[in-house]
Amino acid sequence: MSPRRLVWLLAVALPICLLAAVLYGAVRLPALDVLAVLVGWDDGMDRLALIVRQLRLPRALLTALVGALLAICGAAMQGLFRNPLADPSLIGVTAGASVGASLVIVFGSGLAGFVGLSLVSLGAFAGGTAAVLLVYRLATGPEGTSVATMLLAGIAIGALAGSVGSLLEFYADNEMLRRISLWRMGGLDGANWSRVVIVAGVGALILAVLPRQAAALNALLLGESEARHLGIAVDRVKRRLVLLTAAGVGVSVAVAGAITFVGLVVPHIVRMLIGPDHRWLLPASAMAGAILLLVADTLARVVIAPTELPVGLLTALLGAPFFISLLRRRREYGL
Amino acid sequence: MLEVERLTLSAGGRTVVDAADFSLAAGEHLAVIGPNGAGKSSLIHALIGDTRPIAGQVRIAGQPLDDWPARERACRVALLPQASALNFPFTVAEVVRLGRGPHASGRRADRQIVDEALAACDIAHLRDRPYTRLSGGEKQRVQLARVMIQVWRERDAGNRLLLLDEPVAALDLGHQRWVMRQVAALAAQGVAIVSVLHDISLAARHADRMLALRDGITIAHGKPTDVVTAERMQQLFDTQTRVITHPDSGTPVVLHG
Repeated sequence: MSPRRLVWLLAVALPICLLAAVLYGAVRLPALDVLAVLVGWDDGMDRLALIVRQLRLPRALLTALVGALLAICGAAMQGLFRNPLADPSLIGVTAGASVGASLVIVFGSGLAGFVGLSLVSLGAFAGGTAAVLLVYRLATGPEGTSVATMLLAGIAIGALAGSVGSLLEFYADNEMLRRISLWRMGGLDGANWSRVVIVAGVGALILAVLPRQAAALNALLLGESEARHLGIAVDRVKRRLVLLTAAGVGVSVAVAGAITFVGLVVPHIVRMLIGPDHRWLLPASAMAGAILLLVADTLARVVIAPTELPVGLLTALLGAPFFISLLRRRREYGL
Repeated sequence: MLEVERLTLSAGGRTVVDAADFSLAAGEHLAVIGPNGAGKSSLIHALIGDTRPIAGQVRIAGQPLDDWPARERACRVALLPQASALNFPFTVAEVVRLGRGPHASGRRADRQIVDEALAACDIAHLRDRPYTRLSGGEKQRVQLARVMIQVWRERDAGNRLLLLDEPVAALDLGHQRWVMRQVAALAAQGVAIVSVLHDISLAARHADRMLALRDGITIAHGKPTDVVTAERMQQLFDTQTRVITHPDSGTPVVLHG
């Protein structure tokens, strides 16, 4: 498929999925009335307008943003590590966030949140970014940052965080355990406008800056010294990528919990369709990530309504078969 | 164009290149020969700034290598490494095009340069194939095309230097000759070449001068006919050889003893 064509397809599909996410849910809303609310003709305060404005729209936007962030950060990590199977959790974000969230659930239940973010979210964000900074510091010496050391440090920090998490679970009571395990599965049911604004702020920065690193990421795939020979300031690029990814994944995990699969497999699927050129891969991954998460979250709300499934279950359930069907043609793909 | 002044390099506390001293004019080809571990690769990597010398200096166009901004340097100096780590399925044309990264010569000019380089390295027929599915020799020619187009045009930069670390190691006889001719064509346009070659006869045939290294020490430096002698080969490689003169080119040819 030509990259241009895929980007067009995704650009058409994304608004459709956004609209569908607003229309479908525990109750199905009539399309025309919803459109009237969305474009502002209907500024009433009836039940439908409230559902759209206060529940469905912020949730759909948050879902799209989180999906886009996870996927574009995953694409950047895979480029940085020159490994198509890398994902943001490799540098410790998810593990750190999980410990942060568990700590708050176990010890901080009485405390209040901050501008629409629950304390659990803040704990997750703090844990995630702290883990990345630690990994980055461990891998950075006088000779620059070693990507291989970063990978190993990520595994070490991940293991450490895992055992701290288990220790916390050991001391937690049943109610806490349930909250921890639900948080781990991920979910977007906490969506509200202040979360949308926070994620949109971070997201705007990342979606604007990451694509500008596309040429550097392409050169980095050749190898670090080769990229340096092509005039790329490799250490600066690495620092920028790690910090942006930590912020992007950190904030996603903070508002939506640990949603796996999107960051790992969406860039991979896009690469199989249009090749590894980051100038197309980064924007296409962002859009495809948003679409996958929107579809998964819409289904999560509909399948056993009024109860919601954890969205993390559905991302894998939807994405894996597609991924497997692509894997079967991996010969053409060149792996 | 290139001046190397008493360049000394160390790695892991060991001196790997000891006071290498030579200079190269535009269009000249210097071949570095020597046994495994003699410091040939270390030397060539120091010429692009990968390693910092513990003594001595490298100057490009009169200016110390460290003073060149990274991108300016990338427009002038390119290096073909021994092996490549690329394992993402870029097409051949995409890999080659990466070599134009440092330049701002425009999409149209770049496309034409890529086409010329694909033809020069005899890989035009592979243009849309994924790099990951090529054979070793094909990959080497793709990488060669990539570094060649980094220093392709005199318009982009006046002083140009191409460093080749074993450029023909994976190539068949026909392509060895083909590639060495393309390198010579680039030299004819004023690009200075430093190559590391294990085939002494091939090096003697194509280089203007040769530098023989052993344990980081310069054993000999000069015209191929002066450097390549049976005695010198014994000294470098600890093996018996016979050196004869090529009937057509008059350059020395090394025969196993």
